Amino acid sequence: MTRITPRTRRVLIGTAVTGVATLALAGCTGGGGEADTDQALEEGGTITVWAWEPTLEQVVEDFQADNPGVTVELVNVGTGIDSYTALSNAITAGNGLPDVAQVEYYALPQYALQDALQDLTEYGADEYEGTYAPGPWSSVQSGDQIIGLPMDSGPMALFYNKDVFDEYGIEVPTTWDEYLQAARDLHAANPDVYITNDSGDAGMAASIMWQAGGTPWTVEDTTVSFDLEGDEGAQRYAEVWQTMLDEDLVSPISGWSDEWFAGLADGTIATLPIGAWMPANLEGSAPDGAGAWRVAEMPQWEEGVATSSENGGSSLAIPQDAENKELAYEFIEYANAGDGVQTRLDGGAFPATVADLESEEFLSEEFDYFGGQKANEVFAASSAAVVEGWQYLPFQVYANTVFSDSVGQAFLGQTTIADGLADWQSTLEDYGTEQGFTIE
Amino acid sequence: MTTTRLLTVSSATTRRRPYGTVDKPRRSILLTVLTGIALVYSLIPLIWLFINASKTQSDLFSTFGLWFGGEFALFDNIGRALTYDDGIFLRWFGNTLLYVVVGAGGATLLAVLGGYALAKYDFPGKRAVFAVIIGAVAVPGTALAVPTFLMFSSMGLTDTPWSVIIPSLISPFGLYLMWTFASEAVPTELMEAARIDGASELRIFGQVALRLLAPGFVTVLLFTMVATWNNYFLPLIMLRDPDWYPLIIGLNQWNAQAATAGGTAIFDLVLTGSLLTIVPLIIAFLFLQRYWQSGLAAGSVKE
Repeated sequence: MTRITPRTRRVLIGTAVTGVATLALAGCTGGGGEADTDQALEEGGTITVWAWEPTLEQVVEDFQADNPGVTVELVNVGTGIDSYTALSNAITAGNGLPDVAQVEYYALPQYALQDALQDLTEYGADEYEGTYAPGPWSSVQSGDQIIGLPMDSGPMALFYNKDVFDEYGIEVPTTWDEYLQAARDLHAANPDVYITNDSGDAGMAASIMWQAGGTPWTVEDTTVSFDLEGDEGAQRYAEVWQTMLDEDLVSPISGWSDEWFAGLADGTIATLPIGAWMPANLEGSAPDGAGAWRVAEMPQWEEGVATSSENGGSSLAIPQDAENKELAYEFIEYANAGDGVQTRLDGGAFPATVADLESEEFLSEEFDYFGGQKANEVFAASSAAVVEGWQYLPFQVYANTVFSDSVGQAFLGQTTIADGLADWQSTLEDYGTEQGFTIE
Repeated sequence: MTTTRLLTVSSATTRRRPYGTVDKPRRSILLTVLTGIALVYSLIPLIWLFINASKTQSDLFSTFGLWFGGEFALFDNIGRALTYDDGIFLRWFGNTLLYVVVGAGGATLLAVLGGYALAKYDFPGKRAVFAVIIGAVAVPGTALAVPTFLMFSSMGLTDTPWSVIIPSLISPFGLYLMWTFASEAVPTELMEAARIDGASELRIFGQVALRLLAPGFVTVLLFTMVATWNNYFLPLIMLRDPDWYPLIIGLNQWNAQAATAGGTAIFDLVLTGSLLTIVPLIIAFLFLQRYWQSGLAAGSVKE
């Protein structure tokens, strides 16, 4: 590699800010994208990171200790939707942008479509092909572009309260049919006990449809086709959930409320089909349930076929108009592919990296909360069994916010899930058309 | 028949009182019940908040909501709320005070000056100003938040305390209130008398009008204080740095912390923080309400 003089470095960095043109230039000098970013690390500087993920605090400290000239300002601008409001506002305003933003997988397509995120292949992110589990990796792709690096993942598993199942002598369900029967048996044995809670959660619905092999919508460039009525996954979801609602087998408590944690701790909510990031939340927020809970494979739609899906998970992305993109890339590389991964795992995060998902240390970890169970074995198997081909809508953030107006009404007994899904579809078609998408 | 009845009613010596008077109010059971319901309705959330702020997190989950848990942990909770995350709560408290003192205080001052001028001076375009103010009262602040954000962003003021303070300085409702109040409470004759005595307009305002305006001043202050204290959307949009958050945004962030992967639920601290947040408002209300009461009555009777 040619030695870059301070003068050419200045030229390089100066042009780097102007964006795409840089690539050609950097390519000519033989440095490539890598050189730019290594250089940025030596030069030092300040970057702002918008994220709510708690384990990043330690990552930031370590990163700064390794690179004395670099300052990382980690700011929690709000969680999920609040953070996207802030990000969208900053993008519209054209200033006040962070250099790095935490963006959940479901929200990535929305920003990708506006060209609001930096294509990381320019910095060599394509070298991480194969580093990440297929679910998260496909989530950060947008066409030929890589618009973020996966931070964590959430392969689905069935968390269940073993004490409750033991007490009433009920088998832990392995298929959705058994799940339905277990729901009836539990509720009949003790009317206070529900198999699960749901007040109409879009993320959960999507994960269930995904696991059922559904593709309720398909996206190609700016063409979106919906099939929420005919899609097999959507139908399966509607069928099971409608039966549970009709027979009053779902607790109407909404997730993440204090009642919810209370129900998880005292056993009145007996199972949770949810992402593999849940253990840290259970330990932290429902400590009284320790020892009672276990983890199992998701209930299956067909016996003997292991399928799973993802629930949640975030990436770190770089806004297109961020000021210090080279340094920002160094940081997300460190946090999501480098030493930061282990730091985050130690902090209780769930990995998206294949090496960690397969490592002996990870798989053999015993969880006191789950009575000494090696829960990661279940999660890792789930991660490998994620059904391929799922896409998020390019306006999934909007779609999720209006879910409660349509499908959510079924949870209040105002309509049926099937009608709710049809209603949701027409709302989304209208919105998509307004936004300039071709709807089929 | 009719005459007798009229006589009875108008007679001061009659013992029958079909309607209550201010001196001897007639008690209505229906009204008492309705007022009682309203009282319970408005007090229950407060009582709930106080009771639950006194519980530990696990009691919060496992005990009845409207009665005390096993352990009275209020003081422990207060201590933890004040020190959690390097005492960020106190910082948010300070920020809120800053926004209220400068924002609401400034808004009140501007409303008094403007309202007085509009009530007592004639100038061209007064009707247009009136139309603009009435129009401004009708537009909810929330609707203006995003345009305001874009404007402040291009001025480079977002994520600074100014972005919360400057929009708070404008209170169309306060201005309108002061306008009507000033036109009733400050007799023009008094101003003319002062002018004849050779007082300057500034002196008239400072020494004559301001005292008469005091009840209205306090009323507007109370309104703008509560509005600024509770303002959620504006700081939510403007501020990114938690160091500048007011309490209401900070508490929401604590609450949202439970709903993130790997985040710990701190509902006990959220509740205790909420209790601490309303205490200054309650104090301000108790302290200012006597002015407010007289303020609303002033000017309604011609002496």
